[in-house]
Amino acid sequence: MSAVPMPPADAEARAAAKLAETWGDRPGVWGWLTTVDHKRIARRYLVTTFVFFGLAGILALLMRLQLARPEGRLLSPDRYNELFTVHGSTMMFIFAVPVMEAVALYLVPLMVGARNIAFPRLNAYSYYMYLGGALTLWVAFFLNIGPDIGWFGYTPLSGPEYSPGKRADIWAQMITFTEVAALAVSVSIVTTILRMRAPGMTLARMPLFVWAMLVTAFMTIFALPSVMLVTSMLISDRLMGTHFFNYAEGGDVVLFQHLFWFFGHPEVYIIFIPALGFVSAITETFARRPVVGHTFMVLALVAIGFLAFGLWVHHMFATGLPKLGNSFYTSASMAIALPSGVQIFCWIATIWAGRPIFKTPMLWVIGFIVTFVIGGLTGVMVASAPLDLQLHDTYFVVAHFHYVLIGGAVFPLFGAFQYWFPKFTGRVLSETLGRWQFWLIFLGFQLTFFPMHLLGLNGMPRRVYTYPAGLGWEPYNLAATIGAFTIAAGAVIFVVNVVLALRRPADAPANPWDAPGLEWAVASPPPAYNFVDTPAVSSRTPLWEDRTSLPVMGGLATDYREIVVTSPVEAEPGNRQDSPDPTIWPFLAALATTVLFIGSIFSEWALVWGAIPLAIALTGWFWPKRTGPGGAPE
Amino acid sequence: MSSPCRVRAERLLALLLAAAVLAGCEREKRHIGPSGPEAAPVIQTTPFVPGGAQPLPKDPRAEFYENNAFEVAQGARLFRWYNCSGCHSNGGGGMGPALIDDQWIYGSEIEQIYGTIQQGRPNGMPSFRDKATEEQIWQLAAYVRSLAGKNSQVASSRSDAMAGIPPRNQASPADAGKETPPKRLR
Amino acid sequence: MSQSALHPAADQATRLLGLWDLMLWVCAGMYVLVIAFLAWAIWRRRRAAYLIEPEVMVSDPGLERALGGWAVLIVVGLIVLTTASFLTDRALATPGERPLKIKVTGQQWWWRVEYQDGPVERWVETANEIRLPLGRPAEIELASDDVIHSFWIPNLAGKTDLIPGRTNRMAITPRRAGRFRGQCAEFCGFQHAHMALDVTVEPEAAFEAWRARQLAPAAAPADPQRAYGQQVFQAKACAMCHAIAGTQAGSRNGPDLTHVASRRTLAAGALPYSKGALAGWIANPQALKPGTNMPAVRLSADEQAALVAYLDGLK
Repeated sequence: MSAVPMPPADAEARAAAKLAETWGDRPGVWGWLTTVDHKRIARRYLVTTFVFFGLAGILALLMRLQLARPEGRLLSPDRYNELFTVHGSTMMFIFAVPVMEAVALYLVPLMVGARNIAFPRLNAYSYYMYLGGALTLWVAFFLNIGPDIGWFGYTPLSGPEYSPGKRADIWAQMITFTEVAALAVSVSIVTTILRMRAPGMTLARMPLFVWAMLVTAFMTIFALPSVMLVTSMLISDRLMGTHFFNYAEGGDVVLFQHLFWFFGHPEVYIIFIPALGFVSAITETFARRPVVGHTFMVLALVAIGFLAFGLWVHHMFATGLPKLGNSFYTSASMAIALPSGVQIFCWIATIWAGRPIFKTPMLWVIGFIVTFVIGGLTGVMVASAPLDLQLHDTYFVVAHFHYVLIGGAVFPLFGAFQYWFPKFTGRVLSETLGRWQFWLIFLGFQLTFFPMHLLGLNGMPRRVYTYPAGLGWEPYNLAATIGAFTIAAGAVIFVVNVVLALRRPADAPANPWDAPGLEWAVASPPPAYNFVDTPAVSSRTPLWEDRTSLPVMGGLATDYREIVVTSPVEAEPGNRQDSPDPTIWPFLAALATTVLFIGSIFSEWALVWGAIPLAIALTGWFWPKRTGPGGAPE
Repeated sequence: MSSPCRVRAERLLALLLAAAVLAGCEREKRHIGPSGPEAAPVIQTTPFVPGGAQPLPKDPRAEFYENNAFEVAQGARLFRWYNCSGCHSNGGGGMGPALIDDQWIYGSEIEQIYGTIQQGRPNGMPSFRDKATEEQIWQLAAYVRSLAGKNSQVASSRSDAMAGIPPRNQASPADAGKETPPKRLR
Repeated sequence: MSQSALHPAADQATRLLGLWDLMLWVCAGMYVLVIAFLAWAIWRRRRAAYLIEPEVMVSDPGLERALGGWAVLIVVGLIVLTTASFLTDRALATPGERPLKIKVTGQQWWWRVEYQDGPVERWVETANEIRLPLGRPAEIELASDDVIHSFWIPNLAGKTDLIPGRTNRMAITPRRAGRFRGQCAEFCGFQHAHMALDVTVEPEAAFEAWRARQLAPAAAPADPQRAYGQQVFQAKACAMCHAIAGTQAGSRNGPDLTHVASRRTLAAGALPYSKGALAGWIANPQALKPGTNMPAVRLSADEQAALVAYLDGLK
């Protein structure tokens, strides 16, 4: 009963075969290294991010073991500091942001009906850069050079005097790596969304997930330069003796915090807004109706995107700011509750007005609402400057941001994974195992993190490797440790579910959930060229509109990589354009950049000498090539 | 021409990498936690021969302290705490000789510097035998060598210590009218 | 001993607890509304797990009106909370009368506490402990000598950072006598976990008596063993970092030990004070507080015993 995209016809089959040849990759390792297919790169991103998610989760378990009892002796303070730094840095920079980008890389071109992402080579480059950053951090960690300065790396603790050796430099360069990758992806996503939408998909008809990614990508572009700047200043302080953060020479310690949080707060929304897109997509499909208040949802997303840049100072209320600043940032931080509250209302209203089906992805949505709202409300509490003086840097804040980031982003992510897994792999995940996974993780989560609110109120600060007995903290800590292992059990079931599914043959239908989005119009998994003919869209829910066929626009070349560029608002077809072929140059460029970045941990001259191979790689990358009608190699 | 030569090159590369990695680890190790009992006290002396002509025997601990970033940083802290700058002025030299140049009256090897700190030297250098633990003297010696660029791979580029009065933009308004003598913040 | 924001013993913490209560009730009310709506939405149209033909052409004027109402409710709630927050913030900043001036300096990983109250002759220095007279506002000046720390005694007030190169101030007006624990709240390195403060709020008379005792120089060694201990202290590395008023030891790298035996904790709260704990701490500080800057000084058994006896006499 799912909508079959196009009636198979002879001409269609011939076009599909030709397209497969044009858009396909070479087999083997060479094809693996040279591919620019957004789906292959996104799958790679997904696998890598989940591997690091697991590793960072293991670090969390170790920390919970250490804290299960007072005066724990399992880990030395040095090791513990490395663990929470690598845990936090991995979760933020190597898991959360890239995994959201990965899902977007896979889905956005499909959702907007494009053949490939814009700037596919840049996209390939971004994956290798990301991988380089992740490996830098983790190899260093295994060599006992893991950073131990917290994921926030405040100076002077991370400065030249208090962080001897290369630990802090590795942290700083890991950030440069991952942020270069994130910027590359964001530029590709913005361009894909604004210039490559299927004809007829006006901004008003764009799916909410695509809206969420548009807002996220813009936020990334504005927020990440700040953290790259601040970590580069830190490296330059450490390596070349500049004095940006040396108060004795007129530098400013707090400047680091301003620059870091100017990135760091939007970062939270960069993780969270894509998750809002997941929730909207899942709710729409399983409530069997479009989301209530589409316009308000879009406005809320955009409002969050803007407001997120105006409240970074609420991470710094304890630094002794002027009272006027306190009041401003308190109001700004609280204001963000309004758009978030509007979204929550719209999802619940969609369930209320729809005819909901409670498949596993929907369970995750409900778990998300139940959990995230608590995190949002504690967020209102810590937004209050005076109250934050009691809550800041305690376990209350640990509880708060895990409610927001796990409840608000990882729960929807698991839901999204269950929901789009057929599209990613051609196989449907088991509902039974999915439910087990949901309940174990959901209940384990509450058991782990709810007691942390009480710990914080009872005075337990964050980032302590041990604590004394007799302050009433023991039962909460023990509960949190038991909860953490429950979550781990759920994660194991998730892995089992994925492995079992992958061992089955790929037999998922194109649209197993009868969902409305364009990504379900193509086979599961989609062919390299995505769509045989570019779809033409006339509503927000194209596959629900016409249940038998999808209107298309033909005329694109099949013998070379051609895409159609549409106008940003109305998505009117404009001109045709070539899409780049597979190439090894992004890989080589990433390799050269990696050498440059790693080298600059040790010597500033790496910037000079490392620029030479990078220039060669970029020259090869951008070497003009004649393609298109008349120039296409036959 | 292919295999043996290439295999050897690969092995060499692997060895070099492994060596670099191991060196990296040694350099980064942070020695914290219970320390064992120190070696039995033996009063060492060095005959006074300016110019460092007679080096002390090599000490097995020297290399660890010299090539470890954390130990060098600890030495920097002790250099400040023990007022070495009172005579050596952050290494630039004053009442005592400069430490950032390449002239060493009593030798530039870390064992020799260790001996100089531990035993004291004529014309003002006091003995720190009782005033500092052996570990601390090693840390100081390693730091002193880093001042002269002898082990620059592990040394920090600078310290935050050279503080005068707080910069004007950071002076708190409450202090504005006060007649406080300029003081070091640390 | 207590370390909890839920049991306030000073004006500041009481106000913050009041703000907390307001926040809790408002937020709990909102949460109940959300969950009730969600539960209603789920129970209203439970369905079997098969796919139903989707609705496409729908309009929801009623729901959109409800959304407007919900948004107004949120705005009203936020205005209440922002106003309360604003008023509390102003109240925290109000200075009290006749403040007791205390300067607290954070160092890796202990607290230097200087009572800078009255004429300079009456200034007192101690470490890792704070005593406050009941009912008298204290004005605390916060500075750091190395990295950022954060001064936090949850029972008394919210935290304020100690930032190198800056001076922060905060006020505490204690209203209930008792013993409280404070702790560094900003990650500051290896021993961030063991950087605690022993805080006592006591009647003003008791406080003045304590201050008078602290003003006195260190007790002279009472017997030959302690006299030998004093010699050891001054001859060995101890005197390189610690000060004992009334003796030649005057270094300010580590905590002032003039009345170390009168304190109730050692090593910034790492262990409770006792003669045995002191001996263990001197013998192997790294075992008790790994990473601490206190070295294990080589001492003979006699020297060690004499040193401990001497320090234990510094009441």
